[in-house]
Amino acid sequence: MRWPVSSATRVAQSNQPQPAQPQSEQALPEQAAAVPPAAPPDKTGVSARIPADYSSYRVVAARHPWRWVGTAVVALGVLAVAWSLATNPRWEWGVVAQWFTAQSVVNGLVETLKLTAISGVLGFVLGFILALMRLSASPLLVSVSWTFSWIFRSTPLLVQMLLWYNLGYLYEKISLGIPFTDVRFFEVQTTTLISQFAAAVLGLTLNQAAYSAEIIRGGILSVDQGQLEAAAALGIPAWRRSTRIVLPQAMRAILPTAFNEIIGLVKGTSIVYVLAYSELFYTVQVIYNRTQQVLPLLLVATLWYIVITSVLSVFQYYIERHYSKGAVRNLPLTPLQKARKFFATHAAVPNRRNF
Amino acid sequence: MTATLSAPTATRGLVEITGVRKSFGATEVLKGVSLTVEPGGVAVIVGPSGSGKSTLLRTINHLEKVDGGHITIDGQLVGYEIRGDRLHELREKEILKQRTEIGMVFQNFNLFPHLTALENVAEAPVVAHQPGKARRSREEARRRGLELLDRVGLKDRADAYPRQLSGGQQQRVAIARALALDPKILLFDEPTSALDPELVNEVLDVIRELATSGTTLIIVTHEMGFARDVADTVVFMDQGQIVEQGTPRDIFSNPQEPRTRSFFSKVLEPAFNI
Ligand SMILES: Nc1ncnc2c1ncn2[C@@H]1O[C@H](COP(=O)(O)OP(=O)(O)OP(=O)(O)O)[C@@H](O)[C@H]1O
Ligand SMILES: [Mg+2]
Repeated sequence: MRWPVSSATRVAQSNQPQPAQPQSEQALPEQAAAVPPAAPPDKTGVSARIPADYSSYRVVAARHPWRWVGTAVVALGVLAVAWSLATNPRWEWGVVAQWFTAQSVVNGLVETLKLTAISGVLGFVLGFILALMRLSASPLLVSVSWTFSWIFRSTPLLVQMLLWYNLGYLYEKISLGIPFTDVRFFEVQTTTLISQFAAAVLGLTLNQAAYSAEIIRGGILSVDQGQLEAAAALGIPAWRRSTRIVLPQAMRAILPTAFNEIIGLVKGTSIVYVLAYSELFYTVQVIYNRTQQVLPLLLVATLWYIVITSVLSVFQYYIERHYSKGAVRNLPLTPLQKARKFFATHAAVPNRRNF
Repeated sequence: MTATLSAPTATRGLVEITGVRKSFGATEVLKGVSLTVEPGGVAVIVGPSGSGKSTLLRTINHLEKVDGGHITIDGQLVGYEIRGDRLHELREKEILKQRTEIGMVFQNFNLFPHLTALENVAEAPVVAHQPGKARRSREEARRRGLELLDRVGLKDRADAYPRQLSGGQQQRVAIARALALDPKILLFDEPTSALDPELVNEVLDVIRELATSGTTLIIVTHEMGFARDVADTVVFMDQGQIVEQGTPRDIFSNPQEPRTRSFFSKVLEPAFNI
């Protein structure tokens, strides 16, 4: 039942109740008759007016003077900070530049990235399993998962690291065998198994898993129950239901927090300095202890962390955009598309508003 | 008081519900419901809110487990199998198989929002196991999906996401999705209640067309005019029981039970006549 009206006549009709129409040919005549008759059209006098033609006027955009004042103040502040950063000799930008790409720093950076990638991936995989356990119907799985998160979230990461590294003190040998028998498949000295690297990965992974389990669980819970019912009613198998229906929708809730976690992890890896593990931060510390150029070297580390975080943020933007398909009516333009559109419209016809 | 055969050619989709009971905690929501819907028949269930209509519908495809009684489709038990003198609950895989023969359309559509209309329709035929049928290839499922979207009048919106569609269009996609597995039976739970009055008819027209197709339909609705048009059995439920059932003419113009009479006196226009 579309109203074949132009926008002009729609203005005229908007102040009066629209007469209902019978819904189909089969609709009962009684129903149609029960509808109140349409109000007289000239009741408000609006419908009699001829719509004016505004097409010859020029459009002037609304002005926002305070927005300009705010912008100016902030711009001044930014300029002042930049000026002081550039001109204060104590920042020692020369030293920063010299160390920024030094071999030892780059090696440290690679270690940091390695730790982040490995414990990030393992942490989220384990977290996913823990989340599924927590959502399962088995009370044992639920409590094991709950206890895991409870323990690893309540002990300081520093303590966990040192405990893993000193596992050899608690248990001299680690062996794989059948419990309560003498059967052993293999047996190693704990200290040879738990290197600095292993202790670092173990500590970061388990800690990360405890946090990501909750993030993933939250994401899964945010998906409407009706989605599962609809999928079950269609006979879609359980695994497919999780991967095709639930997870893609859960991702929208999971991603922002997950990226927060990963960015936290990038910097969190610096905690492994307690194991004398030479990742970025530890490397920088070693260097400034030798050269006494504390501030510039901290800047070197900081700049690298900023670079990593920026790259991750770009990934985050595009991944989130991918998973928002269908969740927003129309996908917003990416910054690149926006820029292109800006130049396409503004470069071609300046000072013209298109309708 | 049994349903009449509307499509004599239909040979599949006989639904027999016998003494079904269901409780949620202490409240008994279904108190021994028995109902037979013949193959190709159209049963419309009406009744006041909270009378157990949705629950009954959900027991038919085992989304809700029954506490007593049983349901069979073409003589086959839903959700259970007989071994010796016991009823064993089926494993999920088998239940999913049974569900592929029973399509369901929900009040709030439950389309998958991250999939396009066509993807919504073409998903199940590719991944669901159907008894006695091979799974379809993606290509075949797409082609069939487009046919079905065409049938509900939405072929040109195949690549739209659900949120880009109007409510009526979404519900029509949901109907196409339910049809994609060629079910014997279609269950509709208030398919038009979430729609603006203007959009109700586009959905009802699609269901009307299905009613003549030989598929068994069981429809919960508050659209009495539609019920009168399309049903061969109208079932009136109240407080977990079937109070009365019969042809639309009998039920609407000559209800026997006082509860039925008082319900219709509230929901029908005074001039509503057969
Ligand atoms: N999962 C549940 N847990 C507890 N009670 C429930 C549950 N589902 C339904 N009920 C109760 O069962 C009764 C019947 O519910 P049902 O949804 O079947 O009613 P209905 O006839 O479909 O009503 P409506 O017309 O409002 O949809 C209601 O009292 C409801 O509160
Ligand atoms: Mg209901």
